[in-house]
Amino acid sequence: MGKKGRFFLLAILVLAVLLLSSCGRESQVVLNVYNWGDYIDESVIDTFEKKYKIRVNYDTFSTNEDMYVKLKSGNADYDVLFPSDYIIERMIREDMLLKLDFNNIPNFKYIEERFKNQAYDPTNEYSVPYMWGTVGILYNKTMVDEPVTSWRILWDPKYSKQILMMDSQRDSIGVALKMLGYDMNTRKLEELEAAKEALIQQKPLVLAYVGDDVKDKMIAGEAALAVVYSGDAIFMKRENPDLEYALPQEGSNLWFDAMVVPKTSKHKAEAEKFINFMCEPEIAFKNADYIGYSSPHREVKKMLDPDLVNDPAAYPNEEDLVGYDVFKDLSDYLKVYDRIWTEVKAH
Amino acid sequence: MKKNWLSYPYLVWMLLFIFLPLLLVLYYSVTVRTEEGIRFTTEHFRRFLEPIYLRVLLRSLKLAFISTVLCLLLGYPMAMILAGNHFKQKNIMVFLFVVPMWMNFLLRTYAWMTLLEKKGLINTFLSWLGLSPLNLLYTEEAVVLGMVYNFLPFMVLPIYSVLSKIDKNLIEAAEDLGADSFTVFRKVIFPLSLPGVVSGITMVFMPAVTTFVISRLLGGGQFTLIGNLIEQQFLVVGDWNFGSAISMVMILVILLSIAVMSRYEKENEGGGLL
Amino acid sequence: MNRFLKKTYAALIYLFLYAPILILIIFSFNASKSRGNWAGFTFRWYLELFKDRQIMKALSNTVIVAVLSAAIATVIGTAAAIGIHNMKGLKKTAVMNLTYIPVVNPDIVTGLSLMLLFVFSNFQLGFITLLLAHITFNIPYVILSVLPKLKQLDKNLYEAALDLGATPFYAYRKVILPQIMPGVVTGLLLAFTLSVDDFVISFFTTGSGVSTLSIIIYSMARRGINPKINALSSLLFLTVLLLLIIVNIRSNNQNKKE
Repeated sequence: MGKKGRFFLLAILVLAVLLLSSCGRESQVVLNVYNWGDYIDESVIDTFEKKYKIRVNYDTFSTNEDMYVKLKSGNADYDVLFPSDYIIERMIREDMLLKLDFNNIPNFKYIEERFKNQAYDPTNEYSVPYMWGTVGILYNKTMVDEPVTSWRILWDPKYSKQILMMDSQRDSIGVALKMLGYDMNTRKLEELEAAKEALIQQKPLVLAYVGDDVKDKMIAGEAALAVVYSGDAIFMKRENPDLEYALPQEGSNLWFDAMVVPKTSKHKAEAEKFINFMCEPEIAFKNADYIGYSSPHREVKKMLDPDLVNDPAAYPNEEDLVGYDVFKDLSDYLKVYDRIWTEVKAH
Repeated sequence: MKKNWLSYPYLVWMLLFIFLPLLLVLYYSVTVRTEEGIRFTTEHFRRFLEPIYLRVLLRSLKLAFISTVLCLLLGYPMAMILAGNHFKQKNIMVFLFVVPMWMNFLLRTYAWMTLLEKKGLINTFLSWLGLSPLNLLYTEEAVVLGMVYNFLPFMVLPIYSVLSKIDKNLIEAAEDLGADSFTVFRKVIFPLSLPGVVSGITMVFMPAVTTFVISRLLGGGQFTLIGNLIEQQFLVVGDWNFGSAISMVMILVILLSIAVMSRYEKENEGGGLL
Repeated sequence: MNRFLKKTYAALIYLFLYAPILILIIFSFNASKSRGNWAGFTFRWYLELFKDRQIMKALSNTVIVAVLSAAIATVIGTAAAIGIHNMKGLKKTAVMNLTYIPVVNPDIVTGLSLMLLFVFSNFQLGFITLLLAHITFNIPYVILSVLPKLKQLDKNLYEAALDLGATPFYAYRKVILPQIMPGVVTGLLLAFTLSVDDFVISFFTTGSGVSTLSIIIYSMARRGINPKINALSSLLFLTVLLLLIIVNIRSNNQNKKE
């Protein structure tokens, strides 16, 4: 041992002291907030802490499912969550969320009427929308010179090995279902089998099934066409002006991320304060500006760059969104989607 | 030599944090939740025997096997060089071998994508040389490359630690007896290093079977691997029973293959290899 | 010639290991948030990094958990390896197979089953559970690193020490431990590496307010990883390199004195 050993012991001691000192002061209320990574302008949290004298513990998750499993274990003590539509529906069904007291959230009035009372929370008692968007086709104008109007272009052999699909069962099966004219939430086996056949037929044309790396690939011009979220499309268009976003005429997916309070929260009033704060016009603007996704906030639209607000990729008109399905919670029927996706991938 | 008590703290630890969780997984794999309550069943195991799932398992085993072999072929010479007297600061060279792995796995894998893509650095370099660009990314080769990259230290380090203390007299004795360097390697060095090789293979092969992030990113998510399938069951589908059953089958398959391998090692204890 | 060949081979392997790290460092200076577009040189991400409370806290968590879990796992694992080495027959097989479980199991299974275990036993998820989980998946790698060294050990050495009047403990420290040290160090290094890199198990076994860098990085996956992380990794890398150089120079000086 000797010198090295002593040094080692000392290091452990120092670490232990550091550790203990970091969990000392706990007098004020601590609000545990659980959000997607990089999905907030972090200066907003400081402003909230100073204004309300509430300390915020800000943690992040990477998928809805990760967050759900963690919450479901019953041991997580979060106060505010930012899940997406279908998970909110499931959490309401499984009695995991608290009804909000909207008297404490007066800023709810700023949320556009068309984004209230969505099917995942039909009477809007549990959630306040945070961001929203669509799923569409991003294409590189230097490689695609025909107008992009339909999902069918993703099945065109002309673009063999130039197509990027999403590596997500519901999104990719959803695209095939819509291409065939079906509902994205279908529970009809024959429709799903048809979608499976379509995806298997498409597979040789697909360059890759990707996640967030789609952004780097499209910006670098590595592929001609990709299925992407509208919020990301805006970012990509800014980085590479050759890119353009199209909403397919067959319809697509419309999605929401909203703020909710789980049943396990011990600080409901403070959580509502936080949600209300997030809906204050300047705060909501800061977030929308930082994230770049579409905000459901009426005032934010007035503050944002008019070029962005007039871009149909970011803020499509209501009539363009006919035939756009919000994902529903499929519960046990997900097994069928999973089998189909595995069959596509194993082919 | 009675020193089994040294392992007692670990045995307690193992019981609590390995055995109990394993029982939990086993329990999930043989039960199903119905309206009347929870009952025992083998349906999850039977379901796994469907061809599509077996194909997923086979592909995972195949990729892990190829990566392990490559790690061994690339890593063994490297371990020998590290163990030899070629560098003044041996320890630092070994240390430098793991430092890249301290950078986050996702970042490293993304960096590989930047290197491998169509207009990536490697292809830019090739076209600068006047060669035609290669299709590197989104292939099985790219997946294997990613696996080898991430697991190489797990092969090199245990072999190095064994090689670094091999009795030099043995080697000299063999040479004095007229053995050429290849024979020395085959008859002396390699058999003596076998325990390190077995540890290396274990630490590369086992985790390689279940990684899927590499194949998702570098392989372009073209095929489902077993780790992917299991993750989907637990998170996306919420079918913990099927997910547990797949894990149990996989554990069995891998433990069996390791058992076969270590028997091979034991038979050869004391020389006479290859 | 042979020597030259060996050095070239080593250089190529190190190039293979370090090429992506180089890319990562280059892109930490990229003005664009995307790796697909080189938009000019900037220090912006480095400046933003230091303002980011969450990342700085996660960094300290990561280092503390990695150091503690690697150290504890090395102690328990080394002792365990000595014990296992002396076991025989069925008992040895059983213990070894259980030891393999955390290595074989996909992270998601290890993570979730540990989470359930903690929840059932009413353990509040947080720093302690995170540490326990890390020690658990680190120990097998330590055992697997130490065992080959034990197999290599000359059994007579220990007994010779005892015959010469050493207590068993003394014989261990002075005879066995120095012999297996390379294996112990290897185990420590691998354990530290695994701990730093783990995401899935950490995610499910930690509680609110205790994030690690991996958790933060993976959680950015939907939106795209912020280049701040590249900046952080570059700094960490340079720090480690600097430390290595300092250690190197010091040991050189010491050698000269001797």
